[in-house]
Amino acid sequence: MCQVDEEYNGQLEHRVTPRVSKKCVKCKENTAVLIIRAGDAFCRGCFKEYFIHKFRAMLGKNRVIFPGEKVLLAVSGGPASSSMLSQVQEGLSRDAPKKLRFVPGIIYIDEGGASGQSMEERERAVAQLESVFRATNYHYHIVHLEQVLSLPSSVLEAGSSATEKPQTGSSYKAAVDQFIQTRKNQHPDLSVENAQSHPSSLSMQEVENGGTSPITPEQTQALQRLFASVRTLTAKEDLLHTLRQHLILHTARTQGYTKVMMGDSCSRLAIKLLSNISLGRGASLATDTGFSDPRYGDVVIVRPMRDYSSKEIAYYNRMFDIPSVFIPGLDTKAQDKASIQHLTESFVTKLQTDFPSTVSTIYRTSEKLNTACPPQNTHTQPSAKCLLCVCALDTKLEEFSAYQATLISEQLSQRRGPGPGFTPGTAAAPGLPPASSASQCCYSGGGQHQSCMTGEGGCCSSAKEPETVDLKSLLCYSCRLTIKDMTAEDALPQYILSEAERRKRRSQMREEISEFLLDEEEDEAILRVNGSL
Amino acid sequence: MPVLCSSCAEKRAVLKRPKTAHSLCKECFFWAFEEEVHQTIVSAQLFKHGETVGIGASGGKDSTVLAHVMKVLNERYNYGLKLLLLSVDEGITGYRDDSLETVKRNQQQYELPLKIVSYEELYGWTMDAIVKQVGLKNNCTFCGVFRRQALDRGAMMLKVDKICTGHNADDVAETVLMNVLRGDIARLRRCTAISTASEGEGVVPRCKPLKYAYEKEIVLYAYFKKLDYFSTECIYSPNAYRGHARTFLKDLEAVRPSAIMDVIHSGENLSVREGVKMPVQGTCGRCGYISSQALCKSCVLLEGLNRGLPRLGIGKHHRLHEKILSQQPLTQKEERKLKAVDF
Repeated sequence: MCQVDEEYNGQLEHRVTPRVSKKCVKCKENTAVLIIRAGDAFCRGCFKEYFIHKFRAMLGKNRVIFPGEKVLLAVSGGPASSSMLSQVQEGLSRDAPKKLRFVPGIIYIDEGGASGQSMEERERAVAQLESVFRATNYHYHIVHLEQVLSLPSSVLEAGSSATEKPQTGSSYKAAVDQFIQTRKNQHPDLSVENAQSHPSSLSMQEVENGGTSPITPEQTQALQRLFASVRTLTAKEDLLHTLRQHLILHTARTQGYTKVMMGDSCSRLAIKLLSNISLGRGASLATDTGFSDPRYGDVVIVRPMRDYSSKEIAYYNRMFDIPSVFIPGLDTKAQDKASIQHLTESFVTKLQTDFPSTVSTIYRTSEKLNTACPPQNTHTQPSAKCLLCVCALDTKLEEFSAYQATLISEQLSQRRGPGPGFTPGTAAAPGLPPASSASQCCYSGGGQHQSCMTGEGGCCSSAKEPETVDLKSLLCYSCRLTIKDMTAEDALPQYILSEAERRKRRSQMREEISEFLLDEEEDEAILRVNGSL
Repeated sequence: MPVLCSSCAEKRAVLKRPKTAHSLCKECFFWAFEEEVHQTIVSAQLFKHGETVGIGASGGKDSTVLAHVMKVLNERYNYGLKLLLLSVDEGITGYRDDSLETVKRNQQQYELPLKIVSYEELYGWTMDAIVKQVGLKNNCTFCGVFRRQALDRGAMMLKVDKICTGHNADDVAETVLMNVLRGDIARLRRCTAISTASEGEGVVPRCKPLKYAYEKEIVLYAYFKKLDYFSTECIYSPNAYRGHARTFLKDLEAVRPSAIMDVIHSGENLSVREGVKMPVQGTCGRCGYISSQALCKSCVLLEGLNRGLPRLGIGKHHRLHEKILSQQPLTQKEERKLKAVDF
């Protein structure tokens, strides 16, 4: 467990060094041009076939995309998402039986306003990407991060999915039928064939729809103020990710897309998995890194590139001239220890060079995970979900957990008055058992009572002023950490603040009428009250 | 101007808590640290009144602080526990013999009975002898597997009800990361549990009262309490792969001090997808100890040592378990694979 090479000894002994003129392991005819994994040398043609097959296999295996469905491709300009775009193009250009049958659109989020790019740099990047997008003939949307400031609050609500999630082969068929049926009811003029045979008719609108709506310098300044109010790069990156998701979700909803494809490669997902663990996002690990992420209900995120390593993607893009655009992000040129995300990335990358199975091992771990409390995306009350990342809240205070231990530590090192001179034994719990101690009243206690943490005096005394919305109680463990790193909560965009207020009001209403609500509702209320500090 | 303690607001603060970044005076820090361990013990219901509890003592900082805090809390809150120290002598000259001296001093200071079980008496092999045969690679596998069982056997000899070990928050977080890196889903699920009480019959339950205590705070506690502990790395531990996880965790802590707790929080909230194959707990066909295979790991390792095939227990050779159980000879090819690798 603690040594190098422990499990690899056997393999290391029989290591074959690749020769220059090796034949392709697949067709055994052509000269190999690249080695994907140890020992697997491929020729150009076989590599292309292998790469393309992987994409279709991933979609075919998971069967969540329906014929004629509108799918939004999130393209950042980086190698993985550009490669994804080329795979979609490839899949849609094929002849009938094997052809992919969905209707793609592209979204690019211009984050230059947050990462400090000048207007000229941003325009240049957008122009480059537009030329790539135009060549695909797909409908595309260029969205500036500034537009997040004018989002409606409704974006934070999880929608209900129109179709039931398909499980097996037969139910997929049923789901497809149902999907087509609902679509026909909604848009009688638009049949599957119609949507597919006239992709150009869609792309006609791109100039007005895909064209960028101008942003004002004031908006950019407001965005910069928001990011300036965040003290750490870790929290900045987390916030940027959240806002980006909101924008993509909003665009998907308003433009009628029901699936969003993200270009996360297996290398990226391994990094994301490890950094999410480090950020305290363990509870939503499965949805954050799995193939499909149903947390938003009506719009499902899928990750079809999750079987490719970043190396494979880089080779493919280079060999087949897939254009990608480099755009500096928040952590470009940052030091290793600048943020948790960046640190994890350099850690995994370095470990991968010494232990080539690192990424695939981490990635396979993610496939075996599930969330502790399964997110019932369609039925759960919005209050039980995190205001920012829309995952199921993981802040229910259990008898004993890391979260509770942290709160105890905070309380114990702030508490005024009775110190060590105070007679031991009266301050906290008595001997053993029972387990439920008197001092725990301040944790499991009332919902809007701010106990211990902010109060000057003892427990459960000071109620918080009603003016400020207490965001924390609406957030998951990890988003609380992000908000904690902000100098002022009210710097957040208005749509977040007003939704927070609305949820607060709802929960107060529920409290008032709680005694008249029946059992099922009560359980939820308890869950929610416990979730708030 | 001196910084005042954020807890009592009277005395001058002497330290900044690594866990919460509050400035505290010595007394308030001691009180907070002990109180937190107490809360952990009470809320997780680790012990019952009247139980005999063995404290796994290595002489290092964690177990020294654990022994001290357990004794203090047992008296302060009248746990009614009978505490004793339990040490394992791996037989590492220049390391364990020195650290055991510390344990013996602790025994006198804390007035707790001490029991030392040695690898030599349990298995007939000291770590020194094992390293001679195995080499410096993979020897930690032997040591780790044997220690776990040695603790259990010592606990059974002393008839203790529970064992507590000095694993701290850093150790737990590091293990979460390690198990992700190794893809060990079964351990990933178990490693954040504070107690092994739920794992079944036949073993003495082990628990980690310091699970939520930062390593740095343990050192601070030992430093200000002037506790006597032994701090040397094991001479046989090259420490590479776990070392990566450790360095990573330390870096994470430097970026965001709460990261250690955040990793544990993540670990506590993970669960495994249904249908993922999990090892089933059974018993070893030879010694009766818990095992997921026909033979437990320590019997396989021991068999390898005794047959002069030390690599028998390194890696996966489950196919050979039947052969070992029925005392059949191994084929030449199998033997060749399992001989020590010469470097």
